[in-house]
Amino acid sequence: MKRRDFLAGTAILVLSTMNSRATVISGGLPWTPNAGSPPVPVRPGPWHYFTSDEGHAVEALADRIIPPDPQTPGGKDSGCAVFIDRQLAGPYGRSDGLYTRPPFMPGTKQQGAQSAKGPAASYRDALAALDKYCQSKHQGKRFPELSDQEKDDLLKGLEDEKVKLEGVDGKAFFAQVIKDVQQGFFADPLYGGNRDMVAWKMIGYPGARYNYLDWVDRHNERFPLPPVSIMGRTDWSPKT
Amino acid sequence: MSRKLPKKDVVIVGLGWTGSIMANELTDEGLDVIAIERGPWRDTPTEFPPNYAQDELRYRIRHELFLRPEQTTFTFRNKMDQTALPIRDWGSFMPPNGVGGGGVHWNAETFRFLPSDFVLKTHLTERYGASFLPQDMTIQDWGVTYDDLEQHYDAFEYLTGTCGTAGNLSGQIQEGGNPFEGPRSRPYPNPPQKQPFSHTLFAKAARDLGYKPFPQPSGNMSQAYTNPLGLHLGPCTYCGFCEWFGCGNYSKSSPQTTILPFLIRKSNFSLRDNSEVIRIDLDRSGKHATGVTFVDTGGVEWEQPADLVILSAYAIFNVHLLLHSKIGSPYDPAANTGVVGRNFTHQTISSVNGFFDNKKFNFNPFISSGSIGMCIDEFNGDNFDHGPHGFVGGGYMGQVQTNGRPIQSTLVPPGTPKWGAAWKSAVRDNYLSTVKPGTGVHGSFYSYRDVYLDLDPTYKDRFGRPLVRLTIDFHDNELKQNVFLTDKFAEIIRAMGAHTVDKQYRKGPYDSTDYQTTHLNGGAIMGTDPSTSAINRYLQSWDVPNLFVMGASAFPQNPGYNPTGTVAALAYWSAAAIRKQYLKNPAPLIHA
Repeated sequence: MKRRDFLAGTAILVLSTMNSRATVISGGLPWTPNAGSPPVPVRPGPWHYFTSDEGHAVEALADRIIPPDPQTPGGKDSGCAVFIDRQLAGPYGRSDGLYTRPPFMPGTKQQGAQSAKGPAASYRDALAALDKYCQSKHQGKRFPELSDQEKDDLLKGLEDEKVKLEGVDGKAFFAQVIKDVQQGFFADPLYGGNRDMVAWKMIGYPGARYNYLDWVDRHNERFPLPPVSIMGRTDWSPKT
Repeated sequence: MSRKLPKKDVVIVGLGWTGSIMANELTDEGLDVIAIERGPWRDTPTEFPPNYAQDELRYRIRHELFLRPEQTTFTFRNKMDQTALPIRDWGSFMPPNGVGGGGVHWNAETFRFLPSDFVLKTHLTERYGASFLPQDMTIQDWGVTYDDLEQHYDAFEYLTGTCGTAGNLSGQIQEGGNPFEGPRSRPYPNPPQKQPFSHTLFAKAARDLGYKPFPQPSGNMSQAYTNPLGLHLGPCTYCGFCEWFGCGNYSKSSPQTTILPFLIRKSNFSLRDNSEVIRIDLDRSGKHATGVTFVDTGGVEWEQPADLVILSAYAIFNVHLLLHSKIGSPYDPAANTGVVGRNFTHQTISSVNGFFDNKKFNFNPFISSGSIGMCIDEFNGDNFDHGPHGFVGGGYMGQVQTNGRPIQSTLVPPGTPKWGAAWKSAVRDNYLSTVKPGTGVHGSFYSYRDVYLDLDPTYKDRFGRPLVRLTIDFHDNELKQNVFLTDKFAEIIRAMGAHTVDKQYRKGPYDSTDYQTTHLNGGAIMGTDPSTSAINRYLQSWDVPNLFVMGASAFPQNPGYNPTGTVAALAYWSAAAIRKQYLKNPAPLIHA
């Protein structure tokens, strides 16, 4: 239950019935001190959703989707697997808020996803199928143990539907991983990816600044300030 | 069994733009008004303050401020012989939820429609002949004219502080404005916003090609503004987090910034949030509404009696409530009878992305606002001769890029792999030098016999009521229109200096997963004939005279502009009819 539904004061009357959370607002704008719903930053540490093997596989996938280069870390070191893990452990992984009533019937592409399975369960099944495929085709090696070339060949095969995973739509799964890895790379670092704002530095995006009044008519000039996250910047904290 | 609440003069269903306008107008008349809103109270300090409003993942990707499909959704199919399936996650449009409605998270593009848009059928038939129109096209005149609405457009623009350059002041064409627009009685209340580099470059290229570019009319403030209700808006900071987001700076016109703080202080107004109206109640005659029944979040059913019912939910939910309340005859496309669900339309959007040399062009795409941009109107409505082209309709087009948010704005030239080292370096090399207009071509969507709304036979909402079923596909007329407009748009992007243009034509079949706009229209359209419209020219139900239905559900077809200016003008127009005529004699304002 949200705090503001309990607001006291003249403005709000909570209906006097059991279980009711509807309120009547009149006389003035509802207001309560310190109301708000700021985001909770992801903490580093163990996987929340993935098993250790799953986590390693997603890190390896992230590093082929966004390979490291001398200037910018890859998907793994920028935290994309941590991002996906925390997302799958949360409302997104469970399809919270989506319409999940049956019947589930196959439809056209234009009708959108019709699976009863949420993203978390889909990842689990697809990663297991990927592991099985690798071990059978590469003498018992798992995906992270393949060479970069072998990994890329496999992923291109998924994309072109030349590689088939057992019981899983490999093409759709890889498309989902690409989307999730790239979201983690570019989202605010508070979600676990884009560590130290590496992606924003790479492209020249200044982040959560929220005010460019002085810059809107400075045309064709490079914006000079470094990025800032919703959490601030590490160099804003006092050094110990 | 529902519990009965004390009777009110007026009950308003949904407190977005039209509900807020109606509440303010009718409380001015001294009436006792209650609004019932399905979603929560929303305000800036709690939900989108400037220290965390700029969160692309939370608000844009995960849809924090929108309706949850689990609460209610729609089923969808392209053709009448297909089985409709539920839209399980939002795609081609995004229904709002909560106080302020879509006004909280819109871009605030505040257009007027063309005078000819309101008399479309008559106008096109006179100019091109009836045989020029596709046989199954069901366009109609609105029953209201631009001249009827002018003062009401003006009222909304001054309420919301619209920023722009007039193109037509009382018939005199003005330099720098849109020369095709209908006459305005006075200038915009605020000058246009400043334009970033790429938007300025578009205007120059368009001018060089012989067009007349104008700044998009904007509800993001170019300067501080105090509206006629005494409410203050601050200047927009071009933060690049407008549509899908609430504004942390009180710089975007919304019910929260322009009406609610004034309205809520009136002793004859109250609001009940987190309460979903499930039915309009009728007396035994079926010709008179007695009020509405709603359910609170505890699942308790309540009856709110009232003398006058204003239906002001999102367009398709208006139709949902009419169908469930059995008001008006449901549309039957096979027999071509009935009205509720008829003439459902959306929009025909496309765009052209331009890739520029990064050594010469730096656009800083993150510096932008929701309704910034330079547009041209040469290819909108009937502003050009359609005779040689074999289609009707059109749209404005422009560099209206609203942001450079990196999850969705890191484009790569066509042919680049979707992942890997080549993708990564292409993202790095193109981010600052790419033009991504978004809704660059904002095309019309005219109405057809087989594009309509009804109740789904299989899927239900959380109250066990059938969902609304959308049957919608693009017709050849709109696809032809889109190719013509997109090609014209690409010429301008090319003329800006792009080395590569990527044309994103709108193609059939209509795809429920691909975002266009949230401009769904029709289903409870206005008109002059009760056999082809659900409401009369004052938005009064033909069947239940003490029920007025607001919103874009009234549009007989969708012109090539954003709808909110017209939706708001219609609300003021309807409110004036209620105040001046209906309250003196609560009866049908038009006798069919």
